[in-house]
Amino acid sequence: MFKIVAKKVLSPTVKQFAMAAPQIAKKCQPGQFVIIRIDDEGERVPLTIADFDRDKGTITLLFQEVGASTQQLGQLEEGESILDIAGPLGNPTHIKKMGTVVCIGGGIGTAPVYPIARAMKAAGNRVISIIGARTAELLIFEDEMKNASDELYITTDDGSKGIKGFVTDVLKRLIDDEEKLAEVMAIGPVVMMRGVAEVTRPYKIPTVVSLNPIMVDGTGMCGGCRVAVGNESKFACVDGPEFDAHQVDFDTLIARQKMYIPLEKKSCENGRGGCKCHQS
Amino acid sequence: MSPVMKKHAMPEQDPKVRAKNFNEVTLGYGEDTALAEAQRCLHCKTAPCRQGCPVEVNIPEFIQHIKDGQMDEAIKSLKSYNSLPAVCGRVCPQEEQCEKHCVLAKKGESVGIGRLERYAADYAREHGETVTAPQRKANAQKVAVIGAGPAGLTAAGDLAKLGYAVTIFEALHAPGGVLMYGIPEFRLPKAIVQQEISNLKKLGVVIEVNAIIGRTYTIDELLDEEGFEAVFIGTGAGLPHFLQIPGENLNGVYSANEFLTRCNLMKAYQFPKAATPIKVGHKVAVVGGGNVAMDAARTALRLGAEESYIVYRRSETEMPARLEEVHHAKEEGVQFRLLTNPLEVVGKDSWVTGLRCMKMELGEPDASGRRRPVEIAGSEFTLDVDVVIMAIGQGPNPLIQSTTKGLDTNKRGNIIADEETGQTSRLGIFAGGDIVTGAATVILAMGAGKKAAVAIDKYLQEKRQ
Repeated sequence: MFKIVAKKVLSPTVKQFAMAAPQIAKKCQPGQFVIIRIDDEGERVPLTIADFDRDKGTITLLFQEVGASTQQLGQLEEGESILDIAGPLGNPTHIKKMGTVVCIGGGIGTAPVYPIARAMKAAGNRVISIIGARTAELLIFEDEMKNASDELYITTDDGSKGIKGFVTDVLKRLIDDEEKLAEVMAIGPVVMMRGVAEVTRPYKIPTVVSLNPIMVDGTGMCGGCRVAVGNESKFACVDGPEFDAHQVDFDTLIARQKMYIPLEKKSCENGRGGCKCHQS
Repeated sequence: MSPVMKKHAMPEQDPKVRAKNFNEVTLGYGEDTALAEAQRCLHCKTAPCRQGCPVEVNIPEFIQHIKDGQMDEAIKSLKSYNSLPAVCGRVCPQEEQCEKHCVLAKKGESVGIGRLERYAADYAREHGETVTAPQRKANAQKVAVIGAGPAGLTAAGDLAKLGYAVTIFEALHAPGGVLMYGIPEFRLPKAIVQQEISNLKKLGVVIEVNAIIGRTYTIDELLDEEGFEAVFIGTGAGLPHFLQIPGENLNGVYSANEFLTRCNLMKAYQFPKAATPIKVGHKVAVVGGGNVAMDAARTALRLGAEESYIVYRRSETEMPARLEEVHHAKEEGVQFRLLTNPLEVVGKDSWVTGLRCMKMELGEPDASGRRRPVEIAGSEFTLDVDVVIMAIGQGPNPLIQSTTKGLDTNKRGNIIADEETGQTSRLGIFAGGDIVTGAATVILAMGAGKKAAVAIDKYLQEKRQ
């Protein structure tokens, strides 16, 4: 059993847990993820490690309630436990001194970007971060990202905070300002990651994205997380989760992520997790 | 053929009924049948049957005990060779191993050795088997076993019996490996697997689940920091192959591993009570001709598919699946599309709508000794299906090899280990089962686990001196 030692409600559908998982806290690196299972009937859910505290033996998990399992998870309180956490999984982010690095986080994708930005800065890079969300109240990790970055830009689709527009608008401006960018790292909705890839492609700026396809075991065994990268099938769990954004076939990824939506809906209607996500 | 020359039949669920449920297909011998079958054993002095068994079960001995009604002795004899008799009695390819060498097989049918093994194991379980923990050695040396599948469970059991302090590290949340995630409930009930595992725990074996070696711990950390003095790697074949044909990433294409894991380990057939979903499909094509392919095709029917096809590029003679499984699949209504090679998964709006195939004929024998399938020009057709399951084998998972320095692998990525001892290129690290040989059978993995346990014991004894 793995105990929830702290819970924060970041928005009505975004929750943050600090979980007691000493062995994983000891080993994990930026860019890695875990697979959790709430209870004996639960599914295996991959979640990126948003932060970790090696001294306290905790890892921070952050999730948006999108389906039955995340909805059920969100209802748990501090002091309660979940049955399984396995990890750390996936390859760590390749961190080295490169020059100016842009770290982009979209929505809850900002959480896993944070430890990467921090590590990039610690490695001696100049870190420019861009975080975006649909609206001001969905912005997360603003203070953390400010501390981890030399410059921080905020965008909201509706202009309720920061610059009105998308993260890609700021990225375009940075490139137009002839800022020499050594690498762009982007984590967020697939549509955003695809947008970032299209902005940097003509300039051949190395661009890395972290993919989150549907997965079962997370160790390469099921092959369910395969993504087309440079016309080859790759398994996100063992070959990734980070890939060269200019090589990724985002359309297939988007389609595969939607595979279980009809069934998820059925699951929610049957009351698992008390989900209200598809009732509106 | 006189009746005595034939194996006693095992009762089975009616095919029409069982094709709709996940209960066990075969029901096992009753007492009278078991006794009558045991009477058929000639107790040959040479016992050729034993030579066919990868773990050398003393077959004439345990059968004699059944004859004598000494069921406690029968299970004791079995367990001294084989930690998982209820599993082996069900899933071993006996016709290729022990039973193939039975003297009776020359003139009629062999003794039903597998069925008798199952009978003894089931009897012991139903009558409250007692497991006594072995005496642990003073300052018992610690051994790490990686992977709680057939190879790892066997090595762990044998090492615990020898008095070592054994910990198994399992990447998934439940021990059992392929016995839990791969082989379906209707062929191997999960309660039986868990019972065998709980017996191992009674022997003092500790099982740590959710522990991914290469990630959660490295092998070097186990040896240098966690106090383990030897390591056995039994991680199996954990990376599914795909055909590398167009359309393989369409929604509705599964590896057999994923399809079976969702259904077996994650209980997707109970969705939405269990949270893991599965795309069932009205018409399902399973590509491949092994036991895993049969399992997937039969599972698809049970989940509610109207049509379930096996698509295999050679003929039935070359099929690697057990005869019994092919027979069961046919009885249940699985349709065989033999000499058929898939070319492309076709789809619409990112979902599978068909499998484009080519008819084949058999040509000259290839390197495997089997006649090579050759395409028949102009024979293309599209099979109307909405789910495609690839059951064409698995390769080795790279996690351990890539994080353990000095551990030699072959060009396929399998760990190189001595066939007799499991010794790898690193002192104190042993390996066996599918991770060494490539995908094979449960009993071969168990045989490798057994040999490695003997070698590890020898290594640790020498180390103590």
